[in-house]
Amino acid sequence: MTALLFDDVAIELGGRTILSAADFSVGEGEFVGVLGANGSGKTTLMRATLGLVPLARGSIKALGAQVTRGNAAIGYMPQNRGPLSTLRLTGYDVVATGVNGARWGLPSLSAAERREIDWALDMVGAKEIARRSLNEISGGERQRLLLSQALIGKPRLLLLDEPLISLDPAHQKSVVETAQRLRDELKIAILFSAHELNPLIHAIDRVLYLGAGKAVLGAVDEVITGPTLSRLYGSEIEVVRVGGRVFVMSGDYDVERDAHRHEEGDHGHGPAHGHGHAHDGGA
Amino acid sequence: MFAYDFMRTAFMAAGIVAVLSGFVGFFLVLRGQTFAGHALSHVGFTGATGAVLFGLSPLAGLVGFTMIAGFAMGFFGERLSQRDVAIGMMLSLALGLGLLFLHFYTSYAAQAAALLFGNVLGVDDRALIALAIMAALSLVALAFLSRPLIFASLQPELAEARGAPIRFISTVFLMIVAIAVSECAQIVGVLLVFTLMVGPAAAALAFTRRLKAAIALAVILALVEAWGGLTLAFYTDWPTSFWITALSGLAYFASLASTQRGT
Repeated sequence: MTALLFDDVAIELGGRTILSAADFSVGEGEFVGVLGANGSGKTTLMRATLGLVPLARGSIKALGAQVTRGNAAIGYMPQNRGPLSTLRLTGYDVVATGVNGARWGLPSLSAAERREIDWALDMVGAKEIARRSLNEISGGERQRLLLSQALIGKPRLLLLDEPLISLDPAHQKSVVETAQRLRDELKIAILFSAHELNPLIHAIDRVLYLGAGKAVLGAVDEVITGPTLSRLYGSEIEVVRVGGRVFVMSGDYDVERDAHRHEEGDHGHGPAHGHGHAHDGGA
Repeated sequence: MFAYDFMRTAFMAAGIVAVLSGFVGFFLVLRGQTFAGHALSHVGFTGATGAVLFGLSPLAGLVGFTMIAGFAMGFFGERLSQRDVAIGMMLSLALGLGLLFLHFYTSYAAQAAALLFGNVLGVDDRALIALAIMAALSLVALAFLSRPLIFASLQPELAEARGAPIRFISTVFLMIVAIAVSECAQIVGVLLVFTLMVGPAAAALAFTRRLKAAIALAVILALVEAWGGLTLAFYTDWPTSFWITALSGLAYFASLASTQRGT
């Protein structure tokens, strides 16, 4: 069975075409890196998979079923992380609010729900982190905590939107390794979006590259080539390989690095964004 | 002090309002919507003055007007990009209208002061029953809403993906806030609603790091501050609202000091 199937999907938002004719399928237990310039539709693609974005054409199937809002088989870690980095509440309490969080009534937890939280925290090694306040933990620890929250409900497909943003290389490495382990132990399919390919390059099975409304899925060596990326960026792109790493260059500058810097200065993804760029010093 | 009928009524009224304010205020602070609560109380001033001008009870005007405003804020709020500006404009427009109503109804100075700064000793039995019924209904609605409300407050995008109806939740919540603000205005007045709604919740969130303990503490603090204020007012003959603001401020700044020491 396929974990995710995009069949001739077009998405338009506010009169702008985000995706046109996206056709690809992700297998079960596959770890896919989602790359592309800012505004190329990485977040929109994930939100569409969650049934939050109307399609102009085509259909999306997740785990064999037409996508609907509130599908418990899909775990999600949004990029916009709200007011979390300033809260004094414990990590455990915040993870717990997400357990059947959309159900009406009082926020009480059953024994089974408590066991599931413990299991999810154990899976990512966040049990100790969960005892501490959110405003006392580092950015990397916070990502790990939110990753455990995405595992609640035992999803078969995990959508991780920019989990590496504003993390230092050591924390980036640990988040990628955690995702890799989840794929191996749980046989869960993962879509992992990022600005740069290199932190992911040895962990992912395939790469999904977005640009110019198109989506190309394939092995890193097939997709990250001059001709393919030139088509996606709509300008001349050169791919440079150095010691197992890949640099995507347009003229004289590194496209992915530049995209990242742009994001740092201009994180305009909507209201109440708490990326917490300044809070990553490690607690 | 409990030998007096009006003191017993005042204690009951303050108790009902404090419990409601403690619960509702907690969510208001958690959601970062304290400014919306502040604005609703000003809208309530207009409602109350307008109601008196047309021969209705001020409480009816307060509740009616703030609930309409709460509904509008919740319904349109998500889409307004400059939400604080929109709320601020609504706030000043409401106060301006309130001033106009006062201008037409000149024999109103005493009641205006009661509206602005509260008059818990003026609560009669009928008003007490109205406060109790509205508080009970609000708390039932809040209990029904609480699980997705907490989730949507902390992680709105995730809650939306999980199927929580974000706009419905925020609209109903702001209508509950409207009732709490109206009740609070009876005790401490529209200008000092912050003291019972925001003060205890903000202090509670600083004193404890557990969610449920923080909710309980917010309610207890509100109750202690309201009853403590009444007691101090009885023995000093200073205004009740002053004492409540003093106790609320004391709890809040003590909580700040405790977090400073803790980290």
